[in-house]
Amino acid sequence: MKLRFLIPLVVFVVMVGFLGKGLLLDPSEVPSPLIDKPAPQFTLSELHNPGAKFASESMKGQVWLLNVWASWCVSCRQEHPVLVELARQHIVPIYGLNYKDTRPEAAQWLRERGNPYDASAFDNDGRVGMDYGVYGVPETYVIDKKGIIRYKQIGPISPSVLRDQILPLVQRLQQGSPT
Amino acid sequence: MIPEIGHFSLILALAMAMVQAVVPLIGAAKGNENWMRMARPVAQGQFLFVATAFACLTYAFITSDFSVLYVAEHSNTELPLQYRVGAVWGGHEGSMLLWVLMLTGWTMAVSVLSRKLADDLIARVIGVLGLVSTGFLFFILLTSNPFIRLMPAALEGRDLNPLLQDPGLVFHPPMLYMGYVGFSVAFAFAIAALLGGRLDAAWARWSRPWTLVAWMFLTMGIAMGSIWAYYELGWGGWWFWDPVENASFMPWLAGTALIHSLAVTEKRGSFKNWTVLLAIIAFSLSLLGTFLVRSGVLTSVHAFATDPTRGVFILILLVIVTGGSMALYAWRAPKVGLGGRFALVSRESFLLANNVLLLVAAATVLLGTLYPLIIDALGMGKISVGPPYFSVVFVPVMTPLVFLMGVGAMARWKEASLPDLAVRLRWAFAVALISAVIVPFLMGEWYPLVSMGLLLSFWVFATIFVGVRRRVRRNQEIGRPGFSGMTRSYVGMQLAHAGVGAFIVGVTLVNGYQVEKDVRMNVGDTTEVAGYTFRFDGVAQTKGPNYTATQGYIQVIKDGADLMVLHPQKRNYNVQTMPMTEAAIDTGLTRDLYASLGEPVSGGAWSVRIYYKPFIDWIWGGCFIMALGGGLAMSDRRYRLASRRKAEKPSGATHAAGALATEGGRA
Repeated sequence: MKLRFLIPLVVFVVMVGFLGKGLLLDPSEVPSPLIDKPAPQFTLSELHNPGAKFASESMKGQVWLLNVWASWCVSCRQEHPVLVELARQHIVPIYGLNYKDTRPEAAQWLRERGNPYDASAFDNDGRVGMDYGVYGVPETYVIDKKGIIRYKQIGPISPSVLRDQILPLVQRLQQGSPT
Repeated sequence: MIPEIGHFSLILALAMAMVQAVVPLIGAAKGNENWMRMARPVAQGQFLFVATAFACLTYAFITSDFSVLYVAEHSNTELPLQYRVGAVWGGHEGSMLLWVLMLTGWTMAVSVLSRKLADDLIARVIGVLGLVSTGFLFFILLTSNPFIRLMPAALEGRDLNPLLQDPGLVFHPPMLYMGYVGFSVAFAFAIAALLGGRLDAAWARWSRPWTLVAWMFLTMGIAMGSIWAYYELGWGGWWFWDPVENASFMPWLAGTALIHSLAVTEKRGSFKNWTVLLAIIAFSLSLLGTFLVRSGVLTSVHAFATDPTRGVFILILLVIVTGGSMALYAWRAPKVGLGGRFALVSRESFLLANNVLLLVAAATVLLGTLYPLIIDALGMGKISVGPPYFSVVFVPVMTPLVFLMGVGAMARWKEASLPDLAVRLRWAFAVALISAVIVPFLMGEWYPLVSMGLLLSFWVFATIFVGVRRRVRRNQEIGRPGFSGMTRSYVGMQLAHAGVGAFIVGVTLVNGYQVEKDVRMNVGDTTEVAGYTFRFDGVAQTKGPNYTATQGYIQVIKDGADLMVLHPQKRNYNVQTMPMTEAAIDTGLTRDLYASLGEPVSGGAWSVRIYYKPFIDWIWGGCFIMALGGGLAMSDRRYRLASRRKAEKPSGATHAAGALATEGGRA
């Protein structure tokens, strides 16, 4: 067998290697430019209590999750039980950013499904969402004690993402010294 | 009930495909004639069952049977009938079924039209096609079954994606798939020849018409996709170097190389290994295209719903088919002898250069398409490769290709004389050069790139003229009518080459002289583009069968006279509530006027896009001329004579005709 006749096969095998690897990757997953950057500051009224204000500034000094959700969002329903379960364990505070929603619908939605949030900020016109570069609901940010975004999850959090990525990261960040 | 019949037919088709893949191949290996003869009836039976399944799915769409999940996801009672039929292949499951229908259809055609082929060859060809079909039927039944029921049935369907609600959907995918899948026949012939160890001129002659038909369909399919993108996406572009477009373009490039290489193998017996490899590559690129489109490894404007298990399945299929055939090639090809020798300057050399350039072009497209994936797989980040890359690498490869096209068609087989070619072609070159310099001035402004593009196309036309004139003269010298002895295959070649010339004219002039204007227009405002005045006369609401639309009225005025009114629309489809831009286009031989509505600005004003596209229809016109040339070459009597000669005892008459055909094909 002459070797040059093997060339097509070899080229093909290399290409298949890349194609196989490519199947495991998600081409639409774009790394957020906000990772390792300070989280955009915002102050919004709370969902359940229009008089009270939620300021992201007040979260300095602790690790927290910011979860973007809406009652109109179908994938949020899929993610919700995972958040409710996480909230029950009291590992990390979860704050909601209720995105382009109405108060009655959002409150109703939480009544039916349980409320995992310490509080939800009411982002009616989506301005804060725009600062965070939200392009799909749900999205979840892990923000550290200094107010820096360490992780962004686009789309629903699955139990395995929570277990393998988010929780280990949260623990690492919580052990780090506060400034 | 009907969907179950379809489902069951598909399972029966799989059973037959497995028999078709196993029995004839073993029969051919062992020399068992009865086993070999199974090939034809089984292939025909398989086609019958796949066609039944396809008919059942179509029936479910026509009757809006929303208890079938696939129908509920892609149709709606408001959807007009022609789009309900088109919606059969409007989603993943149905388009895979169309793929298999085409494959079994081609197999059926082979089984009917190859009565004169040796039993073992045809058994192997049909067996290989059966293998491919088995893989795809498994794929459909296991991962993409269109007959899955939805219980309880949906009351209303989710409707077809509005982007697809267009006559383009009805024609473009079937054409494209005919071409894509058609290369499976050339592939099967190549594998059969490797298995049987017989790679001769007869084999090449049998493969040629099949390859030409597939190439013809693929050419038309790609052109139609391009037209569709041009008027439907509303940006006025005709080619975007999108991964899905590239997926159809790569098999086209390889297929174009293959039809030229087959010519050498048939006429001169050379390039045998190369031809076999090209046949494998062309079909593998079709499979790769299917993988890229269906697996979602690349982002694309054709955002199909994707599923990782499907990607894995097609990748395995690709590994078996392409990996297997390339391994077979590495094992068997070294034993194939070399064909006739040829000199450095000869038609063979020109065709070899053509093949190398076409494959380099295919490789650059492949690299550009896969590059984002490779970089991502190596963990080096996310990048996009766009039109800038492709235009930089593509034009330099295509330029020498087109230049050689003119020379190659004139050169003799075996040994040609360079000075002789130069003498014959110097006038063609001079005429092309002078026109290329002058015409841009007539168009208004002189650009070097426009002149270059025109030089290439005029060169193509001029060499065709010189070639045909020479033939006519030679005929007249010996007292025969001028156009006698010109075979369809010769005329088809010249026609296809002229199509390339027309295509280049279109691309060059559009790129050089198009005018694109985005303007804000109040009612009564006018704007001028390339000598035409456009007056915006406001908008009105209108209604379609399943959408409401805002329709704009744009009066086109030339030299003070009202020419026409363009009606661009912004549509809103009732079910998917997706806004769609419907451009209004006035088509002409020398220019298109293109208007589309942007967004309402304020107080009745709209942002309006107005494009002037000179000679853009030459792009697609060129493609259809190419396809016509392919069709003409395919219908050459030589291919029919070849089969008749084998059947009958050679008589004087067929001998003479055959000699004439070879003579005609030589020049």
